[in-house]
Formats: sequence, structure tokens, C-alpha cells
Amino acid sequence: MIDFSPGLILILGALPVPFLRGTVRSAYMLALPLIGLAFVFSLEPGAYGQVPFLGFELTTLRVDRLANVFGIIFFAAAAISILYALKVEDTLQHVAALIYSGGAIGAVYAGDLITLFVFWEITAIASVFLIWARRTERAYRAGMRYLIIQVGSGVLLLAGALFHIAETGSVAFGNLGLGSLGTNLIFLAFGIKCAFPFLHNWLQDAYPEATVSGTVWLSAFTTKLAVYALARGYAGTEILIYIGAAMTAFPIFFAVIENDLRRVLSYSLNNQLGFMVCGIGIGTELAINGAVAHAFVHIIYKALLFMSMGAVLYRVGHVKASSLGGLYKSMPLTAGFCIVGSASISAFPLFSGFVAKSLILAAAAHEGYTITFLVLLFASAGVLDHSGIKVPFFSFFFHDSGIRVKEAPKNMLAAMGIASFLCIAIGVWPGPLYAILPYPVAFEPYTVAHVINQSQLLLFAMLAFVFLMRTGLYPPELPSVNVDFDVIYRKGLPRLVAAFARIFGPVDQAGRSAMLRLIRTIVNHVYRHHGPGGALARSVGTGSMVFWAVAMLAGYLLISLTSF
Amino acid sequence: MTDHSDQQPSGEKRYWLDEPRNVTKIVWALVVLCAGLFFADGFYEKHAETEAEYLFGFYAIFGFTVYVGLVLIAKWLRTFLMRPEDYYDSDD
Repeated sequence: MIDFSPGLILILGALPVPFLRGTVRSAYMLALPLIGLAFVFSLEPGAYGQVPFLGFELTTLRVDRLANVFGIIFFAAAAISILYALKVEDTLQHVAALIYSGGAIGAVYAGDLITLFVFWEITAIASVFLIWARRTERAYRAGMRYLIIQVGSGVLLLAGALFHIAETGSVAFGNLGLGSLGTNLIFLAFGIKCAFPFLHNWLQDAYPEATVSGTVWLSAFTTKLAVYALARGYAGTEILIYIGAAMTAFPIFFAVIENDLRRVLSYSLNNQLGFMVCGIGIGTELAINGAVAHAFVHIIYKALLFMSMGAVLYRVGHVKASSLGGLYKSMPLTAGFCIVGSASISAFPLFSGFVAKSLILAAAAHEGYTITFLVLLFASAGVLDHSGIKVPFFSFFFHDSGIRVKEAPKNMLAAMGIASFLCIAIGVWPGPLYAILPYPVAFEPYTVAHVINQSQLLLFAMLAFVFLMRTGLYPPELPSVNVDFDVIYRKGLPRLVAAFARIFGPVDQAGRSAMLRLIRTIVNHVYRHHGPGGALARSVGTGSMVFWAVAMLAGYLLISLTSF
Repeated sequence: MTDHSDQQPSGEKRYWLDEPRNVTKIVWALVVLCAGLFFADGFYEKHAETEAEYLFGFYAIFGFTVYVGLVLIAKWLRTFLMRPEDYYDSDD
């Protein structure tokens, strides 16, 4: 077996891309993830690619069921995203995207913390170019904030890894658990990348500012890499249950009132991560299977939703709910694909979200976490609002905005079509997905009770939407932004600095003036004595020097004479 | 405030959904479906993990209530959270 990290197929594969053009480039880029998929299926479980490093042995390729599920879905997501982005005339984006996704795959197959760190940072640095490639001032600033936070996560990971290695003498990346300084720091690093509450705003800040296809790429890898890392290192860590439950609940309030539909989807992404984090926290085989299955299906339907909104952004030029509407008339296929994504994320029976989320909900209820279970149910109804209804309804339906555009380009439609097919196929036939999960699955999603319960929850929530719309209680879409926790560092900190300058500015000014006055006085004083015309700097003619020399000699003679 | 009235270009063909009557038909279809689902609760045996789930039509009542609650609370949160679109672009 060839033992190198599958991530390198995309990272090294990106290097020739700048030198290729046209169909050759398209075919080459599409081939890369397919080769990667074939490679992943050929891998046998085990540890390979050992490299000695500073007295430790790194494992660059650790193959097991957990790594493989993520390897498969990451390559699949890369294939769909490449197809979607095929007509992008920006080589920078293609190269950045390939290196970024390769980095995420490399991290998934990393068997030790140092290799994990290296790939972790590769994803951070490569991905920011997908934001900067928008080439606007806003995107530049958002990208910079994103980069600082992502690299910060990497620094915490490295620091934690070093503490952990010093303490245990092992570089291996296995189950870590909380408790020591090292593992706590690593947990925080993962938490940043997984968008835990209060560490989450980089996501909603940066993703909507990326390019049309950049956001599709971003939605698939960074946060799911964090989910993988948590599942690997912190399965069964109880605090994750509560962190996860909080994550499912709070972003949906923001999603309801957000106007930028790609930002709505970013909040929705955050909410979906909550389900996975919760499953990892519960930690039973059923729950871990649920978290991993949910990550798998989520990558597809979230990419699908971002693709549909990307297509709207591409054709219309913006995705503001307040000035869209009626687009189904000119983009009917995109609208249809968007609805498939919406039904999947809302977890309607026969769509992929249903067969995955049920595992997590069942695990929460089975382990007796009743309140958590109810929070997850509440969040499920919330998902229906923002991703199930709001995104398709306010863009493609509602009042006709009069906007008439062309349908999305063929390659975008093809990518959305494949993703839609997968959403339905997995929903109808979950067997193959269940077969690749980390643990054996003994769960039947399609029981009468499950189907009726879930249908009741979703359809009555839809009924509530109709009720709120018809009574005029539903909040109108308004051109606006909503402040979230990032207001602390985007407005609060700069204001704090300004206030500091206001208060200490005068003190500083006075101090400087006093010091300047003192210096001036000294300079003037010195100048008076040493400056031109000063007593100690006056120049005198040679005549007077001779006169004074003679006078001194005369004085000397006089003293000499009188002393005898 | 954005104008939400229909801005369909004149002379364009009318779609089925352009008729408010048809939208109302969809609403009624949903109501009928919901009613059917609600009473379906009486026709299968529940093996629930939590006590609340044994309540007749629990998921239906829960779904409707929390949805309305969520939307109204979020609407109220606008009072504190909403800012003009260029909020982060200005330097004040």
C-alpha cells in the first residue's frame, strides 16, 4: 500500500493548476477528488507514513472508520465544489480551495498532534484566500479577522499539544478528555474552529463575505474538521452536551431576523454544528454515529443551500431577503434544488437530515437528557424556519420583486443536482451511510412513530409560519445588520481604545508639553553660554591671544622675580 | 422599509402561484394535512423515552408553540440588536 496522506493528493495536485487552461484544467481538477476517493476506499485500517521528528515518531496516515467517513465526505464535497466553481476564472481561488480541502483531509488522517497542527494551519491560511478573492474592502477586513482567529486556534492547538506531550511523553492524537492544561487548550482550539458560543462570530462574519463558490468550500471543511477532532479527542465529554444544546438554540434567533441570506445560512450552520457537538458529548455509540452521520449529510445539504444562494448572488448580485422574491420564475431549477436542501436540513422524512438527526435525538432521549432533548426539538423547529422556509421562501417566492435573471450556469446546476440527488438518496436509502459509520448501527429511522412525530413537528411549525404571515406578526425582512458577540471586538474594542485615547490623551499631551518646555529651557540655557556669541564660545583674534600669552608670561616673570 | 408589493413586469404570463386564491388553496391543504397528522396520534402505539411525548399530539403542539415563540422573541430582540446596514462600515 502507498502510505502517504490522502490530503496530499489535493495539496500537491493544486500545484500544476496555474499552468493548465480550459477543458484540460477542468478535467484535471475534477479528477483529483475522484482519485482521492478511490485511494480512500483502497486504504486498510492501520497506522502508516511514520516520520521521525525531534525524537518522536509522527504518524501522517492513521486509517480507521472514523477517519474514513470524513475522508469520503470531504473528497465528495471537494468534487461537488470543484464542479460548482468550474467556470470561475480566478486561478487563485482554485489553488486555495484545493490546498484548503487537502489540508482538512490531511488533518483527518493525522495520527498525531504535530501532524494535526500542520494541516490545521494549512486549512486556516489557504481558506482565507477564498474570502479575500472577493476583492472588496469588506471582504479584506472580514478575511483578516477570520485569519487572526483561525491562526489563533492553531497557536492554542500547538501550545496545548506541547504541554500534553511534555506531560504524557506521547504525540498520539487519540482520546484526550479534559483535565490537564494541555488538553484544555486543545479543547479550546477545537472549540474556536467548531464555533462554540462566544467563539462563533468568525463564521457569520466571514462566510457571507467570501466569493460565490468560496462560501460553498468554506461551509464544508473547517467546522466539520473541528467536529471530527472533537469526536476523536473528546467523545463523551459531558460539557459538550450543554455547549451543543446552546449552539443549536441561540443562532436560530439571529437567523430569523437576519437579512443577508448567506448569513442566515451561516447561523444555520452554527445551529447544525450544535447537534453534532451534542451527540459527541453524549458519547454513546448511537450518539457518536449520529454526530458523524449528521456531519456527513450536513456537508451535502449545507453546500447545496450555499450553492443555491451563491447562484442567486451570482445572477442577481446580492442575497438580501428584503429585496428578493419571485425568483422561481427565472431560476426554477435553482429554486427546486434549494427546496431539496431545505427539506433535508429540516429533516423531513425521505430526506437526508431525517436519517441522521434522528440518531442524535434518540440518543439524547435514551440517555435521559430530557431537557437537552427538548432543546434539540425546539432547535429542529427553528431550523425549519430559517433554512426550511425563510431561505427559499423570501428569495424564490413571496412577493414578486420584478427581478428577471437567467437560470444558473450549467455547471452550477449540475453540482446542485448531484447534491440534491445525494440528499434524497441517503434519505430514502440510509443503509450505505449507516454501513460506513464508526460503530454498528441498530437503528430504524422509518418507524410509524418517528415519521408521524417528525411530520407533526415540522408541519405544525409550517402552520405556525402561515399563521404568523397571515396575521402580519411575522417580522418583515429589513435592510439591516444585527449585532452579535463580535460587536465586542468590532466596535467595543475600537471604542475602548478611542475612549482611552480621549481620557489619557490630555494627560499625555500635558506631560509631553511640560517635558518639551523643560528641554527648551535647558537648550536655551546651554545656547546662551555655548551658542554663537555666548561667553564660552566667543571666538577671539590671534592678536589678542598673543596679548594674553605675553600678559601671562609677564605675570609669571613678575611672580618669579618677587619670590626671590 | 422595502416595498413588498408585486412588481411583475406587465404583459408577462401569470403563474399559478400569482393567484392569491391558489396560495389560499395551499394553506388549506396544509391545514387538512395537519389535522390528519394530529389525529394520527391515536392510531399507533407510542414507545417514547420521555413522559411528555405520551401527551396526545405532543409534537404538533410543541412544534406550533415553539415556532410562534421563537419568531416573536426574535422579532422583539430586534429592539436591541438591529442596526443600520452600514453599522460596521462607519467609524463612530
